[in-house]
Amino acid sequence: MRALRTLLPVIVLAVLYAAVSLTVTNSYYQLILTLVPVWAIFGLSWNLLSGYTGLISFGHAAFFGIGAYVTALGQIYLDLPPWVLIPIAAMLGGIAGLLIGFPTFRLQGHYFALAMLAYPLAILYVFEWLGFQEVTLPIKRESPIAYMQFGDPRSYTLLALAMLFATILLTLLVERSRFGMALLAIKQNEAAAEAAGINTLAWKLRAIALSGAIAGAIGGFYAVVLLVVTPQSVFGMLVSAQALTVAMFGGVGTVWGPVIGSAILIPLAETLNAEAGSRIPGIQGVIFGLAIICVILLAPEGLFWKIRDLSRKRSASSSPAPSAAQVHSTAEIVPFKSAPRERASAAGDVILDVRNLSRSFGGLKAVQDVSFKLRRNEILGIIGPNGAGKTTLFNLLNGFLKPDAGEVLIDGRDMSGRKPHELCEAGIGRTFQVMRPFLRMSVFDNVVVGTYVRAESDVEARKLAADAIARVGLSDIADRVAGELTTKELRLTELARALAGQPRILLLDETLAGLGHDEANEVVAVIQRLARDGMTIAIIEHTMQAMVRLVDSFLVLDHGAVIVEGEPETVTRDARVIEAYLGKKWVAYAPH
Amino acid sequence: MTQALESFLQALTAGLLIGSVYGLMCVGLGLIFGVMRVINFAHGDFMMLGMYAVFYLFTAFGVQAAFGNAIGPFVAILLAGPLLAAFGYAIHLALISRVSGTRTSSLEGEGHYAQLILTLGIALVLQNGVLIVFGSVLASIRTPLSSSAWEFGPFFDMSVFINKARGVDAIVSLVTMTLLTLLITRSRLGKSLRAAADNPTAATYMGIDVDRAHRVAFALGTGITAIAGGLLATNYPFHPFVGLEYVIVMYAGVVLGGMGSIIGAFWGGMTIGLVQQMSTLVLPTQLQNAAIFVVFLLIIFFRPQGFFGRMVERT
Repeated sequence: MRALRTLLPVIVLAVLYAAVSLTVTNSYYQLILTLVPVWAIFGLSWNLLSGYTGLISFGHAAFFGIGAYVTALGQIYLDLPPWVLIPIAAMLGGIAGLLIGFPTFRLQGHYFALAMLAYPLAILYVFEWLGFQEVTLPIKRESPIAYMQFGDPRSYTLLALAMLFATILLTLLVERSRFGMALLAIKQNEAAAEAAGINTLAWKLRAIALSGAIAGAIGGFYAVVLLVVTPQSVFGMLVSAQALTVAMFGGVGTVWGPVIGSAILIPLAETLNAEAGSRIPGIQGVIFGLAIICVILLAPEGLFWKIRDLSRKRSASSSPAPSAAQVHSTAEIVPFKSAPRERASAAGDVILDVRNLSRSFGGLKAVQDVSFKLRRNEILGIIGPNGAGKTTLFNLLNGFLKPDAGEVLIDGRDMSGRKPHELCEAGIGRTFQVMRPFLRMSVFDNVVVGTYVRAESDVEARKLAADAIARVGLSDIADRVAGELTTKELRLTELARALAGQPRILLLDETLAGLGHDEANEVVAVIQRLARDGMTIAIIEHTMQAMVRLVDSFLVLDHGAVIVEGEPETVTRDARVIEAYLGKKWVAYAPH
Repeated sequence: MTQALESFLQALTAGLLIGSVYGLMCVGLGLIFGVMRVINFAHGDFMMLGMYAVFYLFTAFGVQAAFGNAIGPFVAILLAGPLLAAFGYAIHLALISRVSGTRTSSLEGEGHYAQLILTLGIALVLQNGVLIVFGSVLASIRTPLSSSAWEFGPFFDMSVFINKARGVDAIVSLVTMTLLTLLITRSRLGKSLRAAADNPTAATYMGIDVDRAHRVAFALGTGITAIAGGLLATNYPFHPFVGLEYVIVMYAGVVLGGMGSIIGAFWGGMTIGLVQQMSTLVLPTQLQNAAIFVVFLLIIFFRPQGFFGRMVERT
């Protein structure tokens, strides 16, 4: 039922578009009607990678061009029909995606975007050099249907429309699945996604392969429609720009963006070309450019999001705002009495065994020769002055950094140097000192992302997420967007996200930082409750009062090395600890 | 053997000469990118405007008459710099500032999407506007220097020829680069630019007007690239769509050098000039540009942060 409701507008629009196109007899206008879905599909293919992962590709012409040339050359040299060649083009586009993606995903942000620029251009010059400056598809008069050479141009429009319909369905399917959620998580915070157990490289490769396949297919179809292929017209920078333009104009990260963009921009550009360009060459580009500039100044995130924001504002002003009392009650958590928890026995199973772990940055020994054991159900407090290497230690434990030397044994298995998502799978969950929530996602969705490492199905994922949220006491605000939360709620959301993957060891990095006294107590209560339920925890924290109540033992780091290890009572009286924290002269004042 | 070495030296010289102009061109973009983190797709077209500005200053506004054919073009080039800087200032004020700087924190992807498509729109308007005003005919700035050369040698039966115009181009480029470096490292203005680039929020707290710093960087970058464009125009004919050819080289250079590094952008551009010229020794001329992109990809795979870039991320 829900699926039908989302599909209904797609079906209605497709039928309307088909009806309109059937009434158009002018072959030039019919070509425009064909090109609208073509560029919409290309924009959707771009959106699938760049819109959802946030990795902007300036090189989608590479896939488009490969598809176009495969279709053109396959027909010329192998006499294959497009019905066969377009699927082959899709396959090759997908393979090209993997080949390009694998090395290029090592780069981030702008570096990725600009490196992508190089692929289609390098291929462009190679095709020119190979002598494919202008490839014309042979006309097949004897079997036009088999070679997609329809006498009636309306057939192309209907075919393009069918392909667009399929692409929209595919995009919606991705958007609503674990695939789409993983991509969105990557977009918002790649490191957090990886730490939450998402194999970011694998998902990005899937995205670029699918995106490349769609672009390849539509490139092949484009060659069939226009019958002429030149390197510039399929590999050129303007082709890559076309994908960006329709998607960004319409709105990025939504299935409707590229469709809206294409439906407005392509007819506008073509009409201007035909009407004004013939009188004053260049005027069409000026008007088109000005149109883009004006719209983007009014709707910087694209038309779709602008329209949605406007309609939301209208519906928000007509419906009553949630009452203040209601908002207040949702943010409140019943404080827990910190019931005494039995200290973890020294004889418990060792879950995490860290041996001689070291890591340097240039000459700085951030972590040197650190060894400790974490037993089941133990809470270990890691303390030390700023720059002591505490967060670096966590980064080594959860795989953000590779150790130079040493071992990290989880249940006796050496996991040092593995990727974060593998360590998450092995049972390590973590939170961050500088919080890394997925700000545009709801609390619930934030936590759902964390479940994927364990959950087999989407149903199970939702159940695990609901459990984790209940455990930190955020059930009442599960629907709120993370960007609107308070620091305490964000800390708890991160905690829930880490819990959702059902870790056996939780690494908490300054979870109490930035919290007021009462808020800190609430979070401490949640942590205590987790420990009572059998969680093993390592926590970095500066607030000693909270720590002394919370932990079973302390590990004190200074200059990357362990200086003391032991029970809270002994550690807090240790001269070396006082010296590291307060300086030498205070040692004399310390109670012995 | 001697001949191979001679053509190697000749290609090396050609690479160094064109590389210094590419370097300056990349510095213009690198400055904007480094300070503002805005991907400006219209930058090639700003350079194209610079080329036309030089052309008309030289031919129509009496520079040719006043300074003659040899020095005239270079005077026109130095005049075009400030002219285009003013243009860049205006463009930033009117358009770019609306989707960048301190206004973008609320936008998706920090406004990058909006910046990209806005600058694409600007590029379209500039290309086609120039087409309407100046026509599509190839233009070039003629100076007697471009058809004569200095000969170095012969040493051991080998001589290297340096085209006089290209030689002067390289010198002008290096001088401009030096002055810019001094401005960035020594002056108060340069300090505020670097602060705004390094940490916009902290810079704001220190009383630096970050949006103004962006505007100055945008103007400076546009002016610098216009000068580079003028220098290129003494050797290569140009047309309204020439920006597309160069903007890619500019970005490749900036990425190679390490984003955010001004001097890095220069060496990035230099690398591209060298690769372009040296590749002709082993590859057919049509693959010259393919070689640029292949080398570009290889370098960034091995050094993803570029020559002078840094990679920092806190957890």
